[in-house]
Amino acid sequence: MSTPQAGMRPAIGRGLRARRSPRAGRPRASRRDRLAPAALFLIILGIWYFISLVILDPDRRFLLPSPDAVVRVAFLDGHNLDQLLRALWLSTSVALIGLCVSIALGMVVAIAMSQARWIEKSVYPYAVILQTIPTLAMVPLIGFWFHYGFSSRVIVCVLIALFPVISSTLFGLQSVDQGMLDLFRLHQIPRWRRLVHLQLPAAMPSTFAGFQVSAGLSVVGAVVGDFFFKQGSPGIGVLIDLYRARLQSEQLFGAVILASLLGVAFFTFFGWLSRLVTGRWYGVEIH
Amino acid sequence: MSRRPHSARSATTHQDAVPQQARRPPGEDPSTPPRACSDGDEAGPEYSGGAAAVAFRGAEKRYPDGTVALAPIDLTVRDGEFVSVVGASGCGKSTLLRLASGLTSASAGTVTVAAETISYVFQDPTLLPWRSVRRNVEMLAELTGMSREEHRRRASEMIELVGLAGFERHRPRSLSGGMRMRVSLARSLVLSPGLFLLDEPFGALDEMSRERLNRELLRLFELRRFAAAIFVTHSVSEAVFLSTRVLVMSPRPGRLIAEFEVPFGYPRAADLRFRSDFTELTAAVAHRLREGGDE
Repeated sequence: MSTPQAGMRPAIGRGLRARRSPRAGRPRASRRDRLAPAALFLIILGIWYFISLVILDPDRRFLLPSPDAVVRVAFLDGHNLDQLLRALWLSTSVALIGLCVSIALGMVVAIAMSQARWIEKSVYPYAVILQTIPTLAMVPLIGFWFHYGFSSRVIVCVLIALFPVISSTLFGLQSVDQGMLDLFRLHQIPRWRRLVHLQLPAAMPSTFAGFQVSAGLSVVGAVVGDFFFKQGSPGIGVLIDLYRARLQSEQLFGAVILASLLGVAFFTFFGWLSRLVTGRWYGVEIH
Repeated sequence: MSRRPHSARSATTHQDAVPQQARRPPGEDPSTPPRACSDGDEAGPEYSGGAAAVAFRGAEKRYPDGTVALAPIDLTVRDGEFVSVVGASGCGKSTLLRLASGLTSASAGTVTVAAETISYVFQDPTLLPWRSVRRNVEMLAELTGMSREEHRRRASEMIELVGLAGFERHRPRSLSGGMRMRVSLARSLVLSPGLFLLDEPFGALDEMSRERLNRELLRLFELRRFAAAIFVTHSVSEAVFLSTRVLVMSPRPGRLIAEFEVPFGYPRAADLRFRSDFTELTAAVAHRLREGGDE
């Protein structure tokens, strides 16, 4: 990700104005804003090297291989990189499918709950149970019902990522301005029009915040699912477990780094999407 | 929500304070409005004595805990009337409007609405932030099922009338408070309401914007963009400037304590506010308001 600069992304520039304006009079601050993260990154790298090369005994270095060793073995070796990227792709597709299912299912459930109090009263407890039940406890059952392959990984993914979509969408749908609701009631505007033209758009910022959390969690779900449901081609989680078993710690670190980056990419993408959608609520309409 | 029965028949039989004659007091009418666009085809419209737009008959609002929000009230507002309601906070002014709109139902008595369409403007402009000015103005007409050409035509006309031309594509957040209120007014008036309810619409605005919007609202009334209005406000001067009648309410329990006929005809000029008979009437209303419920 590049750092935000003046004039970038004109479509949402107005939306970011409030956040950026305190810096406006202090040009030096923006340089510091760019330098500080880089400096922190270098410090972390330095500590990593120090622990790996100075503190650890060479025969115990597998506990924390040096960064350059990780890059060399995991990312620059064609065969290893190929193996990692294939697994990453598989996990990405698990996470994406899981996320899409979560978003679709979660929104349908949230919309249903927002339309009638009795639906909310009866369904919400199960949504909470879904969130609080340890996924580990569900693993054997999921295995029985859906076998130990791809579909079970997707289901774990959904179990983990579903709740934030439900709760944030429901919250958004219910936080519509009372005056606006009165207006729709006064003019006897049908319920579905109220949903489409008022509640859903009004819920958008909150809904997208939920999507963002779920996106991060869907990657967690995909990796966790790999640990239990290993049939079929390996996902990144399967590789992590494999590398651990074989003490291939450079590749293990490479896999962990890739899995983290995948989560970050999902999370960032939805943050960007959210700003793209709601950022247009500011300023002049753009056609 | 189901609308209450359309029956205006009882309106004339019941004793209430609505005068039957048109208000054209002698010595009045040197005031021609400076605005050119206002009174072209409207030659001397009647500003009272029309059919009842809304009639309250012993209407009362009581909450389950026994609090009386509004003591039994008898009131008829007719087509061509602009009725203002002044009173301290918590005297039931908003409750009166909510009863008239049907958003709240009376605990006792009846509220009969004859007006086909009711529009309601709140203190907050309640605009949709994702819609442009034009789309906000079109919203109610569009969602209540008016045809596309019709709602577009009416919206364009209203945007022009409230002085928002050139801002059609702006989003509400880039507008000032006064401009947002114009959008809210335009949105309501696109429906050509038979009864226009306004709940302190200019309460949050600065004095300048407030006076400008007073004049614009007056002009929209003179142009018959709405048939009758009930206007709730804290400002006595605003009430007198706009209305055919000013009602004074008193809190605990909320009730009507006085009623003033406003003898000035329409169209009204902005400098009406500086005339001595205007200030005298304003002072009388303010005095009654201060005295509160003591008869």
